[in-house]
Amino acid sequence: MRVVLAEDLFLLRDGLVRMLEAFGFEIAAAVESGPELTRALAEVNPDVAVVDVRLPPTHTDEGLQCALAARRARPGLPVLVLSQHVEQLYARELLADGQGGIGYLLKDRVFDAEQFIDAVRRVAAGGTAMDPQVIQQLLSRRSAGDRPLGRLTPREVEVLELMAQGRSNAAIAAQLVVTERAIAKHTSNIFAKLGLEVSDDDNRRVLAVLAYLDRDR
Amino acid sequence: MNTDTKSDDFRDRAKAVLLAGVQGLVLALVVLPCGIAFFALTLVSLALIPLGIGLVTTPAVLTGVRALADARRRLAAEWCGVRIPAVYQPLPRGANPWARTFALLRDPQVRRDALWLPVDMTAGFVTALLPAVLLLFPVEGFMLAAGMWRAYVHGPGDVYWYAFVPVTGQVSALGAGALGAVVLVAASRFAPRLLTAHFRLTRAVLGGDAELAERVRVLTETRQDAVDTSAAELRRIERDLHDGAQARLVAMGMDLGTVEMLVEQDPAQAKKLIAQARRNSAEALEELRDLVRGIHPPVLAERGLGDAVRALALRLPLPVEVTVELSGRADAPVESAAYFAVSEVLTNAVKHSGADRVWVDVHHTDGRLRVSVTDNGQGGAAIGAGSGLAGVERRLGTFDGVLALGSPVGGPTMVTMEIPCVLS
Repeated sequence: MRVVLAEDLFLLRDGLVRMLEAFGFEIAAAVESGPELTRALAEVNPDVAVVDVRLPPTHTDEGLQCALAARRARPGLPVLVLSQHVEQLYARELLADGQGGIGYLLKDRVFDAEQFIDAVRRVAAGGTAMDPQVIQQLLSRRSAGDRPLGRLTPREVEVLELMAQGRSNAAIAAQLVVTERAIAKHTSNIFAKLGLEVSDDDNRRVLAVLAYLDRDR
Repeated sequence: MNTDTKSDDFRDRAKAVLLAGVQGLVLALVVLPCGIAFFALTLVSLALIPLGIGLVTTPAVLTGVRALADARRRLAAEWCGVRIPAVYQPLPRGANPWARTFALLRDPQVRRDALWLPVDMTAGFVTALLPAVLLLFPVEGFMLAAGMWRAYVHGPGDVYWYAFVPVTGQVSALGAGALGAVVLVAASRFAPRLLTAHFRLTRAVLGGDAELAERVRVLTETRQDAVDTSAAELRRIERDLHDGAQARLVAMGMDLGTVEMLVEQDPAQAKKLIAQARRNSAEALEELRDLVRGIHPPVLAERGLGDAVRALALRLPLPVEVTVELSGRADAPVESAAYFAVSEVLTNAVKHSGADRVWVDVHHTDGRLRVSVTDNGQGGAAIGAGSGLAGVERRLGTFDGVLALGSPVGGPTMVTMEIPCVLS
């Protein structure tokens, strides 16, 4: 799997390259600025891009803008965005095209190599990887006064949280130490209570949940 | 109804005119002797400085002059709404009489006070007395017309001059009465204005460059606020780093040291400690992130005020509608001040207003950044009632920004902030 990596801090870039290579990824390009990233994305056509939000030369949200532009040029191009801080605002922009293949994680998540690599693979496969903090922000904002959400059991909220992060039923089952069938039951309950259409497609399911959580009241 | 208002108007006007006359008279009669006395005392006191006596008397006399000037400033504001700013230099504490005297004499405001005395005795006296004269003069005219002319004109050839009217009999006395009426009409128009003119004259002499003085006062105050705020901020950051991230990094280092020792004898325990070190590092990062958000929010740096406010709104537990109309970005300090002001106001709205909807509007017109935050809560907010709005107002003051609050009991509450700035 070919990866384009954009990160301006040498230590972090170097660490990510080594980690990704250790898990069998091929680093097609490892760049340190916005213009370089744009060029690499156009030339290399990678399976997935791992991009830091803040890049030179402006040190603002260069990385995010490059990623969004690249996705406009090639819809569905899998992009995993890393940042020192997560904002619902940015998550919204990344998810706006409804295409999937989007990841948005805090940089700290690279501490847990396996989970991080899992997220990269998920995004590359067209799935979603949203940082738990984004989901928590969405939930805490949404849960104040939202009737359908209030009807969920604590366990269902837990499942909803993991589902919104983009995890598959199998992964959620493993994390909560229950069977996959139990999770499937929870998910259908959640969808019924929130009035969402059930879909077998994991990816569509996640996007529906995220859209529900981000909907304005 | 209409005639009622008219007669009310007339009564108010008559009252204002009479009041101006009385006030002018009081000024002229009471203050003039004081002015003359203080002017004389000042001259004598200054002349006595070489003898040493003046060193003791001058500060006392000048303090008296200042009290007199202060009284006039107060009256100017109360009677005619004329603001006369005064900026006195602070006196050195515990200075000897010599230093005190000369510090006083060096103070431009004290010198203006002293120079004002002779002006007040002459031009000031006349302008203060004029409204009363304009009111009393017609009275004499009417009395002449009513028959008092007989007291002055005893026979043919006897002439009493009422202004330019030679009063020789009843007919000419009626003429004096008519002139009196004309003057009375003039008085009703000009008496209050003349009193105001008196205070304007006072301001011209006493106030120096009023706007500049006011500006200096405001700048001194806001600079002090800015320095205090930033010092408090730095202290808070230091404390947060010391108790938070720093302490966690120390703990992490200790854990890693223990791991180094244990890794061969007790790998299971070592693994546990490594996990703990990782947790500590994640928490340290979390704390640093919060700290950074409090210093300068990343979205603000990356996107500017509009998106930073939008991102802020998304973090709040109630629906906030954000409208932004900005054609560029303001200077970083202005952006930051505006952001934290909005943040504080929004926090207030969430905590105290009981609102279930908030609207934020950010736009830039006529060289001013205007931000308004409206909520549909219960209202009754006040600046300074522990609401945090006083702090916001102070911090905006550094940028010549202002804050206005409209919060009737029962709501809604609207906070409007304005900062003069240019966008780039």
